[in-house]
Amino acid sequence: MRRVVITGRGTINALGRDVPSTLAAMRAGRSAIGPLEMRDLDRLTIRIGAQVRDHDEAAIFDRSELALYDRATQFTILSAREAMAEAGLEIASARAERAGVILGTSGGGLTTQDANFRAVYEAGKNRVHPFVVPRLMANAAASHLSMLHNLKGPAFTVSTACASSNHAIAQAVQIIRAGMADVMLTGGAEAMLCFGGVKAWEGLRVMSTDTCRPFCATRSGMVQGEGAGVFVLEDREHALARGATILGEIAGIAMNADAADIVAPSRVGAARAMAGALRDAGLDPRDIGYINAHGTGTTANDRTECAAIREVLGSAADDVAVSSTKSMHGHCIGATGAIELLACLMALTEGVIAPTANWCAADPECDLDVVPNVAREVPVTACLSNAFAFGGMNAVLALVAP
Amino acid sequence: MAADLRAQVHTILAEQAMIDADDVTDDQAPADLGIDSMGVVEAIFAIEEAFDIQVPFNANAPGAQGFDISSVGAIVAAVERLVAEQHD
Repeated sequence: MRRVVITGRGTINALGRDVPSTLAAMRAGRSAIGPLEMRDLDRLTIRIGAQVRDHDEAAIFDRSELALYDRATQFTILSAREAMAEAGLEIASARAERAGVILGTSGGGLTTQDANFRAVYEAGKNRVHPFVVPRLMANAAASHLSMLHNLKGPAFTVSTACASSNHAIAQAVQIIRAGMADVMLTGGAEAMLCFGGVKAWEGLRVMSTDTCRPFCATRSGMVQGEGAGVFVLEDREHALARGATILGEIAGIAMNADAADIVAPSRVGAARAMAGALRDAGLDPRDIGYINAHGTGTTANDRTECAAIREVLGSAADDVAVSSTKSMHGHCIGATGAIELLACLMALTEGVIAPTANWCAADPECDLDVVPNVAREVPVTACLSNAFAFGGMNAVLALVAP
Repeated sequence: MAADLRAQVHTILAEQAMIDADDVTDDQAPADLGIDSMGVVEAIFAIEEAFDIQVPFNANAPGAQGFDISSVGAIVAAVERLVAEQHD
């Protein structure tokens, strides 16, 4: 079977505008959660988030680009540019049909929808910009990456709420394994921190009003973030032939459905997904040094996920480091798996495990090594990245060091 | 007013549980009515809409913000208090 490696990574999120600044923040255990800045904040009860600040879109993109690029698309384009630069890759015309892009998003161009609903319903306008549809459509970011990077192979967007990025990455792995492409850009983006996006989450009553404290006895819920993460995946032989630096290998993937509840997580489904990724990668529980948890900071997720980890890893669960970087970059919904993959690669390439920030008290029902507050230097040769979405749709990635 | 409020809360919880309002009593817990945690969130939304109040409630720590949902009677009392606080 063809093996799939990562040769480039890019991001923009509340922790930083690129990979080095994001990893520096993760190493420092710095949380980017803070007061939200947005219109009509006084009508929200949830007023915190991990927002990408000082994003001056007009300084980065020209007028015609901005007419087409929703905030989520902008994040994607910036991340892809960084990832392609690290990979040292330009797709020549002769190879274009062997390169593609699969991205994940939950809300797509939600900021564009929010702004235009305001225009027609609140402001009473009877006219919207001609490009509202191509700006808000969920596949817009993938389309723009195909155009910007000459990707003429398989290209599409998947949407599975909080597992969107992991599903997208798993699909990209499958495409390369199947021989349908040699290079895939993949990851995801989310820009849901607009009034309507926060208001919708507020309704669920699972959001924290102070901060995100995963696995902590005093946890008070999840905190939304935003951003993007994009990776260059390559057939290993393709990467070796061109002398690329390999950052890690995606050795295993697993996707499944709880088929149980639209919002409540399932220990059984989560455990099946983790076990499936281990099996697909040919790894033993003892091989896993780090798990980047879904770790939303809700009572339901954290306890269910810890029980699932114990079920799958058995006695090895006592020795594995488990952290939730959502405590720092927030829950970036459809982008979150991509941003969290950066923490996995940091563990594999630098031997640094990003901590669970904001943690203050042990929860007996989350009795794992949750790497509280301080990053840890320890060699890691294999890790898991969990994503368990609303709708009971799970996707877990298993990575190994190059 | 108090009797009306109680009956209205009972009706909202009965609709959430898809049972007859006559089968709701103050000593029952939401779980006894077959209302799960997200069902409680939905019922609280209906209560807010019906009484035009804001109910402080976080599903991660039910009751922590002073809105006691341990029983139907506790919910009625909490709604009475919030109506008095927010409508004077």
